[in-house]
Amino acid sequence: MTQGTETIDITLKVWRQKGPEDRGRFETIEVKDVETHMSFLEMLDVVNERLTLEGKEPIEFDSDCREGICGMCGAVVNGIPHGPEKAMTLCQLHMRKFEDGDTIVVEPLRARAFKVVKDLIVDRSPLDKIIQAGGYISVNVGGAPDANAIPISQELAEKAMDAAACIGCGACVAACPNASAMLFVSAKVSHLTLLPQGKPEAARRAIGMVRAMDACGFGNCSNERECEAVCPKEIKITNIARLNREFIKAALFSMEK
Amino acid sequence: MSWLIMTFRTSIGKKLMMAVTGLCFLGFLSIHLAGNLTLYWGKARFNAYAESLHSLGPLVTAAEWILLILGLVHVLTGAILFYQNLRARPVSYRVKKRAGGRTLGSATMPYTGLMILGFVLFHLINFHFTDRTDRTIYQIVHSAFHNPWYVGIYVAAMIVVAVHISHGFWSLFQTLGANHPRYMPFVERVGIGVSLIFGAGFGLIPLYLASVP
Repeated sequence: MTQGTETIDITLKVWRQKGPEDRGRFETIEVKDVETHMSFLEMLDVVNERLTLEGKEPIEFDSDCREGICGMCGAVVNGIPHGPEKAMTLCQLHMRKFEDGDTIVVEPLRARAFKVVKDLIVDRSPLDKIIQAGGYISVNVGGAPDANAIPISQELAEKAMDAAACIGCGACVAACPNASAMLFVSAKVSHLTLLPQGKPEAARRAIGMVRAMDACGFGNCSNERECEAVCPKEIKITNIARLNREFIKAALFSMEK
Repeated sequence: MSWLIMTFRTSIGKKLMMAVTGLCFLGFLSIHLAGNLTLYWGKARFNAYAESLHSLGPLVTAAEWILLILGLVHVLTGAILFYQNLRARPVSYRVKKRAGGRTLGSATMPYTGLMILGFVLFHLINFHFTDRTDRTIYQIVHSAFHNPWYVGIYVAAMIVVAVHISHGFWSLFQTLGANHPRYMPFVERVGIGVSLIFGAGFGLIPLYLASVP
């Protein structure tokens, strides 16, 4: 053990579910000697190594970049998606945020639209279905246009970038008491619609994405603001207000059906 | 017409109906409160207000029908939203924790709404669908609020209304798309102020009348 390394003992209460049809249950696992410098996912890796050595099934969880930018990881830790730290994905959460003797409850992101695949892995493809319904701009093939050919103010670019920071992790859905995907949809709509390239399809996008969201079985936004509080990229609900405006504009003043 | 139905069937469409009807009710409550405050000027002023209101005849009837329609839209849409939102998370979390967004008002919206519906029916039976042939409206109100049960129910109901508005006010701005860092903090403060004004404005009347011999 390297110098300055502290270890803690924790009790994990983790959701185990064999597959989408399994009912699932919580399993209690005592985890001794957890190095506090480990990230939450590294801790799960260590637990999985130990489970494997014991001949048990490891805990399935999603992760990819492990640097907080891909949106692949995410579970609900002690009731909060991505855990207790603000503006952070689960992979960036470290075990030093926990105390010796803590009990940590780990659950999958829960929503009717997110089916549990196994343990902590959920199917977030409904978010992709929403993107397919309008989360893009149509571009003609041919030579790439000159950079900066279309003037965009710094302020607008910043706003669009703030919305584009959404990594589609689904924490907003998991945190919403109604399992609504409005923050996600509003970030995608805002990011495209704020920019000139996104304007021509703004009406079709707003209506299409909202309908797709409803069809996937997400709940309805009731302005609880829990999404904003857990979003690892700190997407603001002013984006939801913008989505509402875009939807009203599209429904009342466009030819979109 | 199909585009209209399609629009209002979406989640944002339903929220818009809640916001617009809610805004209408805030307007109604303002007028209702202004009228009720004449009670502080005594029997004559309150009866005079009631008489001048009823002298409007068909306008009052029209307003009542409009309120009924608004009420039906608000209650039925709210019920659909509540049911859909319940269905959207079939398996709930073992650990239920707020991340910091939810408030007392936002977390209880459907329940305070249901309580207000019950209260409105109770209120209408007391003062609207009651025999007014040989009693003035002041006498009806005055005698009702000498019953401590009525005072208790009315004061409690007004606290519930205040909690409902504390979320509903800023929320309707958000739903209508009016959220900007420049004025949203102000709108939120106004919302708290409005809920306190309605809560205290209506809620103190039963207590005042109970003290009037």
